[in-house]
Amino acid sequence: MMPVNTSPAGQPHPMWDRAAETMPRAEREALQLERLRAQVERARRVPFYRDILNHRELGPHSIRSLDDVRRLPFTTKDDMRRQHPLGLLAVPRKELARIHGSSGTTGTPTFVGYTAGDLQTWSDLCARFLVAGGLRPEYTAQVAFGYGLFTGGFGLHYGIEKVGAAVIPVAAGNTRRQLEIMRDLDPEVLICTPSYALTIADTAREMGLEPRALPIRIGHFGGEPWTEDMRREIEEQLDIQAFNNYGLSEIIGPGVSGECMARTGMHIQEDHFLVECLDPETLEPVPEGEPGELVITALTREAMPMIRYRTRDIARLYRDPCPCGRTTLRMSRVTGRTDDMLIIRGVNVFPSQIEEALLRVEGTTPHYLIEVSRPGTLDEVHVKVEIHPEIFSDRMDRMQALCERISREIQTVAGIRAHVDLVEPRSIERFVGKAKRVLDKRGLTD
Amino acid sequence: MKLQQLSLFLENRPGRLEAPLSAIAAEGINILTLSLADTAQFGILRLIVRDWEKAKRVLEQAGWVVNLTEVVAVDVLDRPGGLAEALRILEDADLNIEYMYAFSLRRGDKAILIFRFEDPDRAIQVLTDKGLHVVDGEELMSFVP
Repeated sequence: MMPVNTSPAGQPHPMWDRAAETMPRAEREALQLERLRAQVERARRVPFYRDILNHRELGPHSIRSLDDVRRLPFTTKDDMRRQHPLGLLAVPRKELARIHGSSGTTGTPTFVGYTAGDLQTWSDLCARFLVAGGLRPEYTAQVAFGYGLFTGGFGLHYGIEKVGAAVIPVAAGNTRRQLEIMRDLDPEVLICTPSYALTIADTAREMGLEPRALPIRIGHFGGEPWTEDMRREIEEQLDIQAFNNYGLSEIIGPGVSGECMARTGMHIQEDHFLVECLDPETLEPVPEGEPGELVITALTREAMPMIRYRTRDIARLYRDPCPCGRTTLRMSRVTGRTDDMLIIRGVNVFPSQIEEALLRVEGTTPHYLIEVSRPGTLDEVHVKVEIHPEIFSDRMDRMQALCERISREIQTVAGIRAHVDLVEPRSIERFVGKAKRVLDKRGLTD
Repeated sequence: MKLQQLSLFLENRPGRLEAPLSAIAAEGINILTLSLADTAQFGILRLIVRDWEKAKRVLEQAGWVVNLTEVVAVDVLDRPGGLAEALRILEDADLNIEYMYAFSLRRGDKAILIFRFEDPDRAIQVLTDKGLHVVDGEELMSFVP
């Protein structure tokens, strides 16, 4: 269920772009329709879309109402992979200002291009949810997200700058150093994954610091699924207000939606994204408030005009008014996936990547199991591999080298560190039909 | 001159050592000596038994992964420096010992050690040349119970 309004009574709701965020519904829908038509026109510059649109005899003229978005084709991760590396660009390569990437189901990342205009839009979108969740120009924000191909670090960084606040770009990792910097520079805001916020609290205690006495007052957390229980935990341990935000690199990165002070779900920036919530089997819209797969059309993206991108994320949509005064559609937390993607310490991981890594080490498949747990605050992955004659040696150094080699391949293909546990033959459960390869013990759904 | 050693993969958790030992005991196979190498997650059990072919068959049928390795048994004087002397010979010949363990029985004033070499044939040559006694399978079986 949605959390109740926790905003202190009488407090104003700050907004970054009040006109856009409180636009009357009818007006916004007219804007969306106009932008959708323009986006279909722009999509024609991408051979992938042009072929489908021509084949179905579709064009901007086919879009008479927003419901007509359903006449347009879907775009999937597989389509992106088939267009590797930048086949979905609608602009000449020289117009790109940035390229980010996200992990695919194999070792190759899928790339996403941005024009200078896209980067401006993206900064604005991040500024919107940051301000909605309490960021003020006079504040300092510590960014403990990874800076790199991953969109989290740079997206938030530019959003904070846009607001006029100061950024401390510490990036992910080295928790003791994070805390020393926090102590020295007194940032009011922390940006990281929710599980890393708990690690920071744990590490503070190890260092003899009281986590509740740390300078931070507000946290903007994203990049991985979390629960209301985790929010309470973080808020209690660090004595802060914790806000959720949502986005994905295929669309733009963080900034698709984010919470306001009322915390009645994440406000979707509808002037830039047309979001559908569909039954993943029938691909028909689900009734309002019911869980379904989010399908997103990026209405203003210049470099990659993503049409009906199937996110595989399961969430609910709400249209009822929010006390903050914003008129946008809101979404719940992501409560699941329609595919088998796992998010490990903020990194997207597909079981098929682990399998690919194992295939690189002779004799380690077909029997393996991926166990994901969160023993403390951080995700841990154990890959259990059944031993068999081809890989067994009487020498311990060889056995340890085998474990290290598997671990290295997993790091290369999937980008995560995994513990490799060799197990006895036939100790992994056998299945008739599709094997169960993942045991997720984190309990990440509310 | 070489002995056949059986190695088994075991997970490092309670009861995992007992199971294979019971399986071969049920077939009346006695263990002459053994060694266990372990990490927090798993262990490698190495066994010297009289009828290694039968033991291997029994263990494999029961589902264990069994590896067969040739090792070398050497007797050294059971007194201070006895082993050090043998090791010096190996070191001088640049022979690397992968691992070693002791035999549970003594013979007179000699202790018997099991060595795992990358190149057992060369090791036997070196040890024999230097006057150490390499105990072969038949000889070993003649004095153990």
